Amino acid sequence: MITKRIIPCLDVRNGRVVKGVNFEGLHDVSSPVELAAYYSDAGADELVFYDITASFEGRALFTDILRETAGQVFIPLTVGGGINTLEDFDRVLRCGADKVSVNSGAIRNPELIGEAAKRYGDQCVVLSVDAKRVDGQYRVFAKGGREDTGIDALEWIRQGIDRGAGEIVLNSIDTDGVRGGFDLEMLDAVCSFADVPVIASGGAGCIEDFVTLFQSIPRVDAGLAASIFHFGQVAIPDLKRVLRERGIPVREERRKTF
Amino acid sequence: MIAIVDYGVGNLFSLKSSLARIGADCCVTGDAAVLENADKILLPGVGAFRDAIQKLRATGLDETVLRQTEKGKPLLGVCLGMQLLFDKSFEYGEYEGLGLIRGTIEPIPVPDPVRYKIPQMGWNSLHLIGDHPLFRFIREGDYVYFVHSYHGCHCEESTIATTEYGVPVTAAVARDNVWATQFHPEKSGNVGLAILRAFAEN
Repeated sequence: MITKRIIPCLDVRNGRVVKGVNFEGLHDVSSPVELAAYYSDAGADELVFYDITASFEGRALFTDILRETAGQVFIPLTVGGGINTLEDFDRVLRCGADKVSVNSGAIRNPELIGEAAKRYGDQCVVLSVDAKRVDGQYRVFAKGGREDTGIDALEWIRQGIDRGAGEIVLNSIDTDGVRGGFDLEMLDAVCSFADVPVIASGGAGCIEDFVTLFQSIPRVDAGLAASIFHFGQVAIPDLKRVLRERGIPVREERRKTF
Repeated sequence: MIAIVDYGVGNLFSLKSSLARIGADCCVTGDAAVLENADKILLPGVGAFRDAIQKLRATGLDETVLRQTEKGKPLLGVCLGMQLLFDKSFEYGEYEGLGLIRGTIEPIPVPDPVRYKIPQMGWNSLHLIGDHPLFRFIREGDYVYFVHSYHGCHCEESTIATTEYGVPVTAAVARDNVWATQFHPEKSGNVGLAILRAFAEN
């Protein structure tokens, strides 16, 4: 049976993971390579690297780090942040990314979704959407959630899928950082029509939030979170054990045989 | 030496890295002479069948792969690289494959498209059929990573693993020295590495 995926997200700036992490046994807690290997061993099903670098030098450093990580971590890697052109897709795919997530770049130029899907396949294009309730509507926000675009989020997602997005990451600004659980209402609205995988993001505070997510909305495919994994509030092996006990299918990793 | 066929399709970085990780000597090549001298051949591929088979034929490497496998050289097809080995694909038309595995490539006939989205994208468990050496380091029920909308049909005699996605889906096939997986072993964590190791060491 296909499993629900658990996805840690790492914010990378100038080649280092920001939002410091604190794990025993990690030599360098802000090394993306070490942290990625740690999560992979812990049973993460996929990793998202989000490049929050603003400078050209930082971007070059990011691709070096990505290449090094992809050379050592053998689970799917998604890369987001600063993806505005097909050249950006190419740059990160050549370094070992499997999927590329677009957000503001697609708002500025919606054609990017279709062009990338045509060149690299739908499965490669992830549409990441930051959405927030405004005047009784789900509204798309750009620039890391700072700017109201006025675009209706459900309509934007529907169009994105039509253009060829192979997966949706729905980040609710309303629940993000609150740790009171995922935005079930918003996720349900998207899952009611989306025929591509939907990844829930924003709001996870404890293991029970993931149980509630997958039990309330069976069509959600994955749960994404950052700080609760990084700060150790939720350990992925514990999370997966509880999900399994509650009847939610999750992958079990095997020990190395080499 | 395992030679990964480079015919301009797909991301070869991860395959190369994962073979390096298990200590296998490997190279990425579009050179027929290198494929001829290699001990084993790995045929990758992502994207659409038509583009891939056209590119493979345009390089002439289809002939090299066929000649080498006829001589008994071990071949591993991965993802679309598996589909290319079949007689025929019905993805956006009807296209001839390499004919190394009897059968056709057809859409996954999901009974409930609301519950089972297409493509199948994610981790699913393997049901092993028989006792194939490709799986000697893994167990029934182990999870591997899939990304595909089409799968092998009418290939029961070659099927060595299936996965359940509303219907049984062909996950791996083998005939003599020609082995292939629909899933991505290079993206399937320790289980995937154990599968690549079985190919490398066989």
